[in-house]
Amino acid sequence: MTVTLAHYLILGGAVFTVGIVGIVLNRRNVIMILMAIELLLLAVNLNFVAFSAHLGDPAGQVFTLFVLTVAAAEAAVGLAILVVFFRLRGTIAVEDIQDLKG
Amino acid sequence: MAAPDLFFWLCSAVLMLSSVFVVSARSLVHAVFFLILAFLNAAGLFILLGAEFLGMMMLIVYVGAVAVLFLFVVMTLDTGRPGGSLRARLPAALAAGVILLLELAFVAVAGGPGGSPEPLPGGVSNTRALGRLIYTDYAALFELAGAILLVAMIGAIVLAHRFRPGVRRQNPVRQFVRRQGESVRLEDPAVGAGVSEQGR
Repeated sequence: MTVTLAHYLILGGAVFTVGIVGIVLNRRNVIMILMAIELLLLAVNLNFVAFSAHLGDPAGQVFTLFVLTVAAAEAAVGLAILVVFFRLRGTIAVEDIQDLKG
Repeated sequence: MAAPDLFFWLCSAVLMLSSVFVVSARSLVHAVFFLILAFLNAAGLFILLGAEFLGMMMLIVYVGAVAVLFLFVVMTLDTGRPGGSLRARLPAALAAGVILLLELAFVAVAGGPGGSPEPLPGGVSNTRALGRLIYTDYAALFELAGAILLVAMIGAIVLAHRFRPGVRRQNPVRQFVRRQGESVRLEDPAVGAGVSEQGR
């Protein structure tokens, strides 16, 4: 059975699903949510690159580069916020984070 | 089975398993290590697809920087695993996953991608092709990506930096404005008098 585009798309969809399940499963732990988001972005990147290779157009890989950039920025800022919050409150449980509640 | 196909099955199996372990691991540190494993295998798949530059980028950016950042934060916060048992939330999580899978299956059944695969333009390496695109058609977006990274870096430093009173640190301005007259003093003490701290 030769590997085609569909295999890569199924793999990307499966990893994306695992990421969504992870967000719901670990919705009280910010670090786990951030890691699940990284998995989602990884699945999206996989689809981009698979389509890029399938269509013979390197533009898809350029967008993967941008997704990578945004993912790195998001991880850095998210973890910095987490560190500050832990310093202030001594906890990172999501249900304690409701100061912005209207 | 050809070698590339074998490589695909190997990488995709490990990628799936490790991503499942990421979301279900008992300890956060184990989750980060499985995340690194998932990124390694995704980089392998990228290289298999002919995107060598992005594969190496995944290794450098994710395994080298992001995963290590996660590891540092997990180890410094050391909060254990808040939120009680996973078992109670398993039905909701599985429901979300099944719904998403149904949606994806619907899209796949409704209309799959058509067309035949085309080879990449020959004679040009992947990195060169990517560079041509980035610095011509997508130059503005590329600059914007750099700006995003700069803003994120400054933001993370401003957020996490802590000002503590009573810390002795270097004051470069004071060092620069200092003159020889205020720092060096010639003393000519009399015999047996010695030099006092305050001057003569």
